[in-house]
This record gives sequence, structure tokens and C-alpha cells, in this order.
Amino acid sequence: MRRELMTGNAAAAWGARLARADYLPAFPITPQTEIIETVAQWIDAGEMNCRMVMMESEHSMITAAGAAAATGVRVFTATSSQGLLYGMEMLYTVAGWRAPFVMANVSRGLAAPITLEPDHNDILAARDSGFLQIHCATCQEVLDASLIAYRVAEDARVRLPVIVNLDGFYLSFTREPVDIPSQDEVDAFVPPFDAGPTRFRAGKPMSQAVAVLGGTPYSYFRYETHLAARAALEVYAEATDAFERQFGRRYGALDAYRCDDADIIFVMMGSFATKAKDAVNKLRAIGERVGLLRPILLRPFPDTAIRQLLAGKKAVAVIDQNISMGMGGVLHGEVSAALNGSKDAPPVLASFVGGLGGRDISAEEFFEIAAETRRAAENGETPPPRLLFTESELREIRKLQAIAHVEHGSDEAEGNRNGEGEERHA
Amino acid sequence: MYRIRFHGRGGQGMKTASRILGEAFFLEGFEVQDAQRYGAERRGAPIFAYVRAAKEAIHERGVIARPGLIVVADDTLVAIAAAGVMQGLNEDCVVLIDSAESAAAWAERLNLPGPVIILPAHDTREAGEAAFVGVECAAAAACLAGVISQAYLEEAIRRELAPMGDEVVAQNLGIAADAYAKMEPYAGIVRADGTLSARAYKPPDWVDLPLEGVSLAGPAIYGGVNSELTNTGLWRTMRPVIDLERCNKCSWVCVSSCPDSAIQARADGTPEIDLDHCKGCMLCVAQCPPHAIGAVPETEALAREKAGEPVCAAN
Ligand code: SF4
Ligand code: SF4
Repeated sequence: MRRELMTGNAAAAWGARLARADYLPAFPITPQTEIIETVAQWIDAGEMNCRMVMMESEHSMITAAGAAAATGVRVFTATSSQGLLYGMEMLYTVAGWRAPFVMANVSRGLAAPITLEPDHNDILAARDSGFLQIHCATCQEVLDASLIAYRVAEDARVRLPVIVNLDGFYLSFTREPVDIPSQDEVDAFVPPFDAGPTRFRAGKPMSQAVAVLGGTPYSYFRYETHLAARAALEVYAEATDAFERQFGRRYGALDAYRCDDADIIFVMMGSFATKAKDAVNKLRAIGERVGLLRPILLRPFPDTAIRQLLAGKKAVAVIDQNISMGMGGVLHGEVSAALNGSKDAPPVLASFVGGLGGRDISAEEFFEIAAETRRAAENGETPPPRLLFTESELREIRKLQAIAHVEHGSDEAEGNRNGEGEERHA
Repeated sequence: MYRIRFHGRGGQGMKTASRILGEAFFLEGFEVQDAQRYGAERRGAPIFAYVRAAKEAIHERGVIARPGLIVVADDTLVAIAAAGVMQGLNEDCVVLIDSAESAAAWAERLNLPGPVIILPAHDTREAGEAAFVGVECAAAAACLAGVISQAYLEEAIRRELAPMGDEVVAQNLGIAADAYAKMEPYAGIVRADGTLSARAYKPPDWVDLPLEGVSLAGPAIYGGVNSELTNTGLWRTMRPVIDLERCNKCSWVCVSSCPDSAIQARADGTPEIDLDHCKGCMLCVAQCPPHAIGAVPETEALAREKAGEPVCAAN
């Protein structure tokens, strides 16, 4: 084992390398490209024995990944944002094939408008696809999760593809110290993929097809996929126990940080959650009993564990780095569903949306979220959902609108905003 | 925790600077985070990178809001708001500027509350060309932090620059030694604290966003007139000039070949070029069937106009 500074992208590449991925269909997109570049360099230098193929789109890339995995070889691939969406049709399809492989997604907000920086609307769009989802908060987690993901994906009780999610920039282009486990240790943890009877090799032909029409067989196969995803909760627990025994690092389905004696809990996913951790430490330093609950597994959703951990707490602030248009924060809805019917559920479940498109969340904002949530706990009233957005940011927007000649008061020109609209405005 | 931000232009080596400094801290036994931030990549665009280093695990993440040291590799960036050089300045923050001007001048111009140190500007810098100064910025920052030995700084440089070959490494070790020595009088001036307290903080001025009409709040901008108001033809180096004697008024050809819609046809088919918006790409010149559009260097065209002479192509 050695410890090195590396980016989250390099950590994902190391995951593929150490797991001895046989095949990597690829298509570039910012901020993911460094992953496939790193693997390509290793293949070139003879340090990694893997067949890498540049596809013409993510749609083909995910098809190729699923098709290869269905023959029993170990597959890794990576994408981000618009690329993930472009391949969306095949996400559902290959998960339906029960083809196990690992895909890194480097989170980046979706267009339009366009951004290169992260939020979780891309990965959440894949929420219901049948892919399992592991959400990372550090570069170390990216490497570790990639290995754990193969154990879970290839387990005969699961046989589903897994997305390992890392945030663009905040992990993808950020170097942190990462322990690189030795190849021997990883070989012991992730043995070669034993596909059993679904193995498909030249010289040993077999027929393979997916053809089901009609609601009854459809319902059966779809629900079986759901049950397999639920079974992954236990398989993940076994895999992370084995990981801890092998490598000494512990990952649950949830990262519960200073939650035991906390009365207020932040709930948050991804790398921005380390900022919440920092705020928890600073709030603890002045005697505030605040903790952080970070779902690492989003699919399958660890609802029982969440219910248990939040039981008896005074108030919860869910901070969503995503937004479901016309609904609000997705994680807020998921946590709310997990708490439904629980007798000792926290009386206040507040919703905050922040960090969209990589917009930073300051330490002061975490302090204020804690303060607002505490006030809500005291008066027993859940505050309305809040977007983390300041007066000075709005001033900046007004400035940009002025430069672009779209100014306040032009609303009346609605539907009429070409020539005449301008005149009326003037 | 040490929090250090590097500001420069694309091509100046700010990513390299942050990686060398990060690596050097790491070799000294610190926990480290180093990262670069960019938008649309191109040479000369403002770019920044940053390093955090601490003896304990680092949970802070993203752009450094309260730096202990700001390194500015190109002093022309200071005045560019979007470059964010001044962001988070405080009295404990040291500013290191690569500049030909004095520290006192910068302190006064910018009303800087903390210490200002000059990294003498490169003599070799050619006018208009941003020099690669990543290694000396890293070396100077390492010395100012006061906890990085020259030996580990050099090891970090070797590791980061190894792919560029022995000669480059050797040359840069010399540059680094020089910058490190120059900063010796200020060694250790950068402070490692500056942690915010949750007791006394300035609450964020959150605003409840109002629902606004789509003409204002839709990201597709229908502002319309500003592109007409902006003289986008300013950067043209070659001017297309139509010889109307040869022009056979098949204006559909040149009008539709112009990517900037800078050619319009009059009712009789005579084409006219809008020189405020022609970027000089010469596509129309290439397309014109009777070769009636010539190419004149813009400087020559301007000189002729000034002298009151007609501008015509020599073809
Ligand atoms: S293409 Fe040439 S000949 Fe035809 S209208 Fe344009 S300038 Fe005249
Ligand atoms: S030079 Fe290019 S921009 Fe100018 S008129 Fe011709 S085609 Fe248009």
C-alpha cells in the first residue's frame, strides 16, 4: 500500500485498474475525461491489461458496457451529466438485462443553462433505472467504492450495474491523499468475475435474448429487479465488512457523523457533505449538538437505517444539491418517505436547496441552517423550503441582465418580446 | 490550516504551482488538498488554483474563501473582477505579487490591509506574453509558509516535472532555489489559522427569490440589440473589399457564405459588407464565383481611408 496525492478522477481510474477491468468502452466529456485518459496511458504503457474502445456516443458506450458485461467479462466505464442523459435509454435497458458493471459518473449540473460544475440532477435522473448508486465524498472513497461496487454488482443475488458518483471539480480535479491498496490485496477482495451459466465465450456458443411482451411477465421481471436492488443492501453490508477487514476502512450505507447525542442533524450527499462535517465540528466547538447524516448508498435506499438514526431527533435539515422542478429537493422527499409512519420521527424536517451548478455553500450558511432549524424545533413549525441564494448574488444577476439588455419590467412584453416588446419597454 | 490561492493566466503554470506546493506540504507530513479551477480553457484566460494543508484531516472543500496567502502571477489580473484575486482579503492575508512595481504602490492602490510582498517580475517576459512562473510562485509560497524545507520543495518539483525531462527539472530547481532565497527575509510570514467561529459569524443575506416573467428569468436571452451595438468587426486583420465592376450580383452566394450575416444585398442584388460586424474570415472572398471580392490588410485599408484614398483590392 502507498499513499499519494491524486484527483478523484485518478482514484476512479485506479479503481478500474486494481479491479482488473477487462473492457472499457469510452466517450469523453468534461469533467470526466481525465479518467479515460489515465486508463489509456496505463494501457499504452503496458501497466494495465484492458481493452479500451472509443465509442461514438454514450448511448453506444453504455450498450457496449452492458453487452460485454452480459458475456461475463469485467467492465468499467465513465461519464458525466449530458453524457449520462444521452445514454439514458440504455441505462434502463442494460440494468434490465441484469448486466453487472461499474460506471463512474462525475456529477455536473444539467443544461440549460449550461454549467461545468457539479450538482446531482444528472445522477438523480438515473435514480429509477435499476443501477445502484454509491455517492462519494472524498477521493479515497472513489477508489474504495469502485472496488466495493464490483463485489456488489457481480454478486449472484444482485447482478445489477452500479454507478459510483463523484462530484465534478470538488473531487474530479481536486487532489487529496489516497491510499492505493496493493494488487494482491485487491485480488483477494475482488476475485475474477464468476458469471456462472451466463458466461459467454467464443468457441462455446449459446443463445442470449431479452424478449418479453405484456404486463404479466413484465411485472415479474421488473419486480425481480427491484428485489435484487433491495437485496443489495445486505450484499453491500457484507462487502463493506469484508472491505474493512481487508483494508481497515469502514463504509456503511450511511455515514453518520457525530449523530449519537445530536439533536439537530444535517442530511446531505456527496463531497459538499464534507463542508457540512466541517461546520458540525465548528458548531460542536461552541456546544451545539449537531450531527451529519450522509447517505452513501442512494439506491438501494437505506430507509430503515435512516429511520433508526433519526428517531428521537429534534429537527432535521435536508440540504439538497439538486432540484426536482415543481417539487423541490429530491433527498428531502426520500427522507420524508423513509420517516413516514415512524412514531418517533423528528417533528421538523426542513428543506434547503443549495450548491446548484457548483454554487458554493459557505460555512456561515451551514451555521445559519443550524440556527434556523433549531428555531423551527423550538417553535415546532417547519420553515418553508429555502434556496441558498443571497442578496449580493441577486445583484450580480441584475447586473448581468442589464448587460444583456433584458431588464426588470420587461415582463409585460411577454409573448411579444421581439421588436414591439422592446418598444413598449423603452 | 494553511490556505493558499494562486492567480494567473492560462499557460502561466498555476496548476503546476499548486501541485508542487501541495506535494511539498504532503512530503512534510501535512494532509493536503490542491485543486485548479477553470472555466472555458484557453491560454491567457484568468485561472486560479489553491492549496490547503493541515496536520489534521481537511473537511473544507472548494474555493478558499479566507486565504492566508494570495499569490498573483500576473498583476494585470488584479483589476479584473471576474478573476476574483481580491476575494476574501483580510488583515492576516499576505499578498505576493509578481510585479515590476513596489509593494507600497500595490498596498495603496488596493487599500490592502495585510502585508504585500513583491516577487520581482520576470525580465525575460515579452510584452503581451504571460510567462510561465509556476515554479517560482510555488517556491516563494513554500518559503513564505515557513514549514517546507528546500529539500522537500525540490523533491516535489522533481516529482511534478519529471515527465518533462531532466533538463527542465534541473533548470527549474535553479529557478526555485532563487525564488526561495529571495523570500527568505519573510519566511514564515503566512499564518496557518484563520478558522471561522460558529459563535460570531455574519449571517448570509439570503433572499426569497420572486417568481419573475420568462422574458427576464429564462436563460435563453432575447435581449436582441446588444450584438448590433457591439462592434465585433474590431478584431479583423483582413478586410474583404468588393470590386463592383466585376461583381455579377449573384448575392445569394456571398450573403449566405458569411457566418456573421455581415453581408446584405440591396434590392438590385448589389452586396454590401457591414464592416462593423465583418470579422475578416475571408469566407466570402473564397466563395465569390467571379473573384470579385479581394482581401486587403486592415491596417492598409485604415491608412488609405485616413488619407482619403479609395480602398480597393489589387486583383
Ligand atoms: S458572390 Fe461575388 S459576384 Fe456574387 S454578389 Fe457576392 S461579391 Fe458579387
Ligand atoms: S470576411 Fe467573413 S465576416 Fe467578413 S463579410 Fe466576408 S464572410 Fe462575412
